[in-house]
Amino acid sequence: MQERLLEVRNLKKHFSTKKGMLHAVDGVNFFINKGETLGLVGESGCGKSTTGRVVLRLLEATEGEIIFEGKDILQYNKQQQREMRKEMQIVFQDPFASLNPRMTISEIIAEPLVVNKVFSSKVDMQKRVKELMETVGLAERLINAYPHELDGGRRQRIGIARALALKPKFIVQDEPVSALDVSIQAQILNLMADLQDEFGLTYLFISHDLSVVKHVSDRIAVMYLGKIVELSDYSSMFNNPLHPYTQALLSAIPIPRIDIKRERIILEGDVPSPINPPEGCRFYGRCRYRQDICKNKTPELKDMGNDKYVACHFTNNLKPATV
Amino acid sequence: MKDNKNLLEIKNLSIHYVTEDGTVRAVEDMCLEIGSGETLGLVGETGAGKTTTALGIMQLIPNPPGKLVNGEILFEGEDLLKKTQAELRKIRGNKISMIFQDPMTSLNPVMTVGEQIAEVVKLHQKVNATEAIERAKLMLEKVGIPGGRVKDYPHQFSGGMRQRVVIAIALACNPTLLIADEPTTALDVTIQAQVLDLMKNLKDEFNTSMIMITHDLGVVAEVCDKVAIMYAGNVIEYTDVKRLYTSPKHPYTVGLFGSIPDIKEDEDRLKPIKGLMPDPTNIPSGCPFHPRCPKAMGICSQQKPKNIEIETGHFVKCLLYENPK
Repeated sequence: MQERLLEVRNLKKHFSTKKGMLHAVDGVNFFINKGETLGLVGESGCGKSTTGRVVLRLLEATEGEIIFEGKDILQYNKQQQREMRKEMQIVFQDPFASLNPRMTISEIIAEPLVVNKVFSSKVDMQKRVKELMETVGLAERLINAYPHELDGGRRQRIGIARALALKPKFIVQDEPVSALDVSIQAQILNLMADLQDEFGLTYLFISHDLSVVKHVSDRIAVMYLGKIVELSDYSSMFNNPLHPYTQALLSAIPIPRIDIKRERIILEGDVPSPINPPEGCRFYGRCRYRQDICKNKTPELKDMGNDKYVACHFTNNLKPATV
Repeated sequence: MKDNKNLLEIKNLSIHYVTEDGTVRAVEDMCLEIGSGETLGLVGETGAGKTTTALGIMQLIPNPPGKLVNGEILFEGEDLLKKTQAELRKIRGNKISMIFQDPMTSLNPVMTVGEQIAEVVKLHQKVNATEAIERAKLMLEKVGIPGGRVKDYPHQFSGGMRQRVVIAIALACNPTLLIADEPTTALDVTIQAQVLDLMKNLKDEFNTSMIMITHDLGVVAEVCDKVAIMYAGNVIEYTDVKRLYTSPKHPYTVGLFGSIPDIKEDEDRLKPIKGLMPDPTNIPSGCPFHPRCPKAMGICSQQKPKNIEIETGHFVKCLLYENPK
């Protein structure tokens, strides 16, 4: 039996706005096993980044439980939280905005070590910084450079080195490669896979790019408007998607090959607003299989066996709606 | 051979930016052709010179620092570089129009979308204000937005809808050539699918030729007939879609394909291109790709590769294919 590192139960995050309550994350359940990568995909505004931040308590959850190594971290006080942060780290999306422009690379990477008073001697700390730079493939001569002197790929390596500094067990990767060109993206993805093998890391990998998510993940969760609509291992997700939204999402990916012809499901309309969402299935307005029940009753995430979970009233029995 | 069929022909075009740090050769010796109704994909990473090419065709390169140093851009047989500003204004937005990348910033926030579409129509066609607004409504409906929203402002629309408005503006005067600069990059995949579908349909309906600028080889496979791959200002491979995807020749093209995770197959590791894009003010000598090229030979750092037609309609700039033994 695999060991669960993190388990999230009925997690909610609501924001109060002028127009009403924004349900960014609305009752999300998932778990991540040790050494595994869980991919979290969805379109802008579906709540995937918010989920990542709430899990680290960078945002306070409205409701729910976050069990990390058997303990609910939402119950932790300040001191315990600080200890917890050593175990849980994050790599941010934008390598241009997430590094302080006035700090040198060594200062940026050393900051978590300084804050947590890991080393008493400067020499030891410098040694660790150099070691981290080597781990992520940054040349030692860059140690006193500033972020603006570097390109996006190298900056993202700094972000990764900083996240690794305290030897965490768990890292939230919040769209770590979406700001990078494809050839650099591939370098960073390979680096992250190597680090995972070397240090036994567990990742929550957040992205909107399904081909990247498929490449890195063991299991994938698809989010739509604050809810997980489908969760399964990556091959079953791609070969046998059950939720109508997952099906549409997968069919919409432009594939860089010309030998594959497939049916494309074009969804009508846009993602509706997450402010005061109505009762019923969130996908109702865009679904081509919708029935009356979908409008009135919110579908729960159901266990379909083989670790596959789907939130749809008509799983396995989809018939196009007669509109 | 098919000279009279080509709508746009770019011959030996070079565009440089002269800056304090040195000269940036943004586009070098480019040769491309686009036939009527054809779609050309222009692919490359950041700084490859894709957008500069588009701005060059539209004659919108900021000068200084930009400068068209050499070449010809023949549109319907006439050289755009020899036109006066007044003549160019009649072409831009009318016969050649452009869709910009970011739908959030390419619309005017203080004008209604109807006025923005009508503006182009009034400028290029002899119509009065009422007729122009009617035309705007019609265009909105063409791109799938109810005509009743003609008096709405851009902020009242979502990203996908805004990009549709931008498309409506670009197509309002029925252009013969449409230049789309990363039209779907800022959009989510399901919305991207809607917009690409729409562009394909409208292109067929109006028989518009199109230059599709993108970094996404998936988008190219879906909408383009021909592809030009750019690296550091050079078109390094240029052929039809089928040949590019089935037998890519240039090591950079091969590297690009190796960098993309394949959604249909499982692979353990990606095969990225080593190294980084060169500094644009300090492009390596010889072939600009040689420091990153897995097949580089001694000669590659000394000699610039020529544009070679290895088979009819398949052009490659690589020394591997010069004087094959």
